[in-house]
Amino acid sequence: MKRLLSGNEAIAYGAWESGVRVAAAYPGTPSTEILETLAPMPNVYAEWCPNEKVALDVAIGAAYAGSRAMAVMKHVGLNVAADAFFYASMTGVEAGLVIVSADDPQMHSSQNEQDNRRYAKFARVPCLEPTDSQEAKDLVGVALEISERFDTPVLLRPTTRICHSSTPVEIPEERHDSWQGPPKYRIDTTKYVMVPANARKRHPVIEERIVRLSQFAETFPYNVVEMGGTRLGIITHGAAYQYAKEVFPGDQASFLKLGMTYPLPRKLIADFAAQVDRLIVVEELDPFIEEEIRLMGIECEGKSIFPMVGELSPLIVRQCAIEAGLLPQSAQVEAVSPEKPPLPPRPPILCPGCPHRATFTVTKKLKLVVNGDIGCYTLAFLPPQEALHTCGCMGASIGVAHGIAKAGIQQRHVAAIGDSTFFHTGMPALLNVAYNQSNTITLILDNRTTAMTGHQQHPGTGKTLQMKDTIAVEFEPLVRAMGIPHVTTVDAYKIKEVETALKEALERDEPSTIIVRRECALLPEVRRTYKPLKVDRSKCIACWTCLRTGCPALRKSDEIYEKNKREKSDIDPLLCTGCELCAQVCPAEAIQFRAQLYGSEEGQEAG
Amino acid sequence: MTQKTDFLLAGVGGQGTLLASNILAEVGLRAGYDVKKSEVHGMAQRGGSVTSHVRWAEKVYSPLIGQGEVDYLVAFERLEALRYIEQLRPGGTLLVSEHGIPPISVTAGKDQYPTTEQMIHTFDQVAGTVIWIPSIKLAEELGNARVHNIIMLGALSTQLNVEEQVWLEIIEQRVPARFIELNKKAFQRGREVVTGHQ
Repeated sequence: MKRLLSGNEAIAYGAWESGVRVAAAYPGTPSTEILETLAPMPNVYAEWCPNEKVALDVAIGAAYAGSRAMAVMKHVGLNVAADAFFYASMTGVEAGLVIVSADDPQMHSSQNEQDNRRYAKFARVPCLEPTDSQEAKDLVGVALEISERFDTPVLLRPTTRICHSSTPVEIPEERHDSWQGPPKYRIDTTKYVMVPANARKRHPVIEERIVRLSQFAETFPYNVVEMGGTRLGIITHGAAYQYAKEVFPGDQASFLKLGMTYPLPRKLIADFAAQVDRLIVVEELDPFIEEEIRLMGIECEGKSIFPMVGELSPLIVRQCAIEAGLLPQSAQVEAVSPEKPPLPPRPPILCPGCPHRATFTVTKKLKLVVNGDIGCYTLAFLPPQEALHTCGCMGASIGVAHGIAKAGIQQRHVAAIGDSTFFHTGMPALLNVAYNQSNTITLILDNRTTAMTGHQQHPGTGKTLQMKDTIAVEFEPLVRAMGIPHVTTVDAYKIKEVETALKEALERDEPSTIIVRRECALLPEVRRTYKPLKVDRSKCIACWTCLRTGCPALRKSDEIYEKNKREKSDIDPLLCTGCELCAQVCPAEAIQFRAQLYGSEEGQEAG
Repeated sequence: MTQKTDFLLAGVGGQGTLLASNILAEVGLRAGYDVKKSEVHGMAQRGGSVTSHVRWAEKVYSPLIGQGEVDYLVAFERLEALRYIEQLRPGGTLLVSEHGIPPISVTAGKDQYPTTEQMIHTFDQVAGTVIWIPSIKLAEELGNARVHNIIMLGALSTQLNVEEQVWLEIIEQRVPARFIELNKKAFQRGREVVTGHQ
């Protein structure tokens, strides 16, 4: 049966079908749905780990123990997991190991657009790239077979456009795990203990392995030649293949679609090149294939025609092809550039009821410099908060704040980091603050979930990915045990509490941590408690203090306040959750609290 | 039957744009087309601008539609229609909700929300057909503003050569059981408003 599956769903089906027993990941766009889809399937163990390095170690352990295994991460997650990636290449595996790195050209949800095919070459690991969901599913099984046959981890590299596009897939009905018996652990210290003496023996093995893999690539069924006209030959991969097929339809060009982009098949490429007049490489991001082909001594064009920055699209491929004379001017799609009024942008913003809003309202009021981290709260750098000043990568906030303090800056620096991000890589950095004693103030913005990626469990939530009950790590004792002397927990919805705690921390010349706690307003159990507030127009003085909180539920009404001739405030009942932040900042007591509107019991219970 | 048809759905995060595009893609598959659908999740969901590409054809390669090649632009919010109007093929069809959600810069008084007259002026330079749908008003009449997206799909369905029954079956599969009847009604309402209007 054919069904529309996203690339991510398809990878989960592929893992299930090919008998993956253990799968581990840390959530990250665009990869998150892979484990979410796999987790409920039968006879699979899947878990969220605190970070990608742990996830890869877990998958490696399972593969050492004779179980097919998969580790999943977004491209920058492989930076975190790189140490494990490299040793796994050196040791090889007992059962198949596939590492899914979901790359993000265009940085739809990322801090950079690194091309992780570089990692494949760097670590001498083969790299497979699907062009649609069917291939995304199929290549998981293929990757595991290659992994076992060549004793190597295999990198599967979809990109955002593959992960989040849905295309028809033949749904597997049965699981092929007859190849594997019960898990067993084989002791082989020369292979699995990477001390220098053993590592020196392994290095030539992996160099020889990649040579054999390049021979294997010559007849690899997912490296496909599609001969058409021979005036133009196009070597391409991944989503770029689809754009190129669209822009050069029918027999306009010949194609070599590479399902394995590292290592490359020298003879296949040379033969293809010999059959065409002009050879071009259409690839997203780095000139990776192009460089490899040039190293073979074969002439080709690539980045002289197509951009190295950002995602490709049919539009970009078409425009570049016309400019390079690969297509006639008549190939231009007729388009209209209509006259338009200026368009107000619509950037992502903190949601109505977001527990981060009060925190940044306070740090802005106190004029604090805030070093941010990766999560929804990063959005606080945008207007109207404009209250976050650095953000580099997962876990960076605390180390950066500490470094700034050690550089001798007198102004107090704050680190703001989410609960899941704190577990990911914040913990070693906070340990460093305690150990090396800076007066860094760390705010753990504990919204009880991994919010940005769509509410995944983490070590503080009490549930696993497969919804088993487990421990819920408490921040206060954890942070104290790490050596932070001053730790407080406050309610993120109580703006005065947050302010008082921050002022208290500012008075102390020592490391301190404030846990700012309140569930993400989008969690289903919180949605059930929404109680929209109302503006009492008779009291509103149109000062717009509430509007400056940047809550999307607040808007201007049609009613004018006589004294300043400005519109009074209004609350959209469809959007308001009743978090009461606006009611707390209103100087005229014009916004009614839940208790006033709904009676004290109901209002407080929900509040 | 398998004539190429490209749809761009545009809205604001939280409006149900992605559910609508899932239904539209499944309907195409059921109607015998090759189908691809593409959208970006993650940051865009937080109240930002959201688009989804849905393509029906005998054979679809790119999951993204080229600029100026969209046959139907379906906008769940009118400023988003204006934002993406040049994606529409000259002479293509625009279905636009009358609903407006002011972005934060408008609420803050920094930017102006374009007027309906300005919008009409721009739309008319590109679109062959513009269909305005009071989707939120109709949805509220049915008792739930959230089904405005299905009203828009009902309106869109009048322009396409796929049996009504196929749409209703897919809607039944895609929405929670207790909302099936409401969504079917919304779909019918969307159809009526266009057929009455034409």
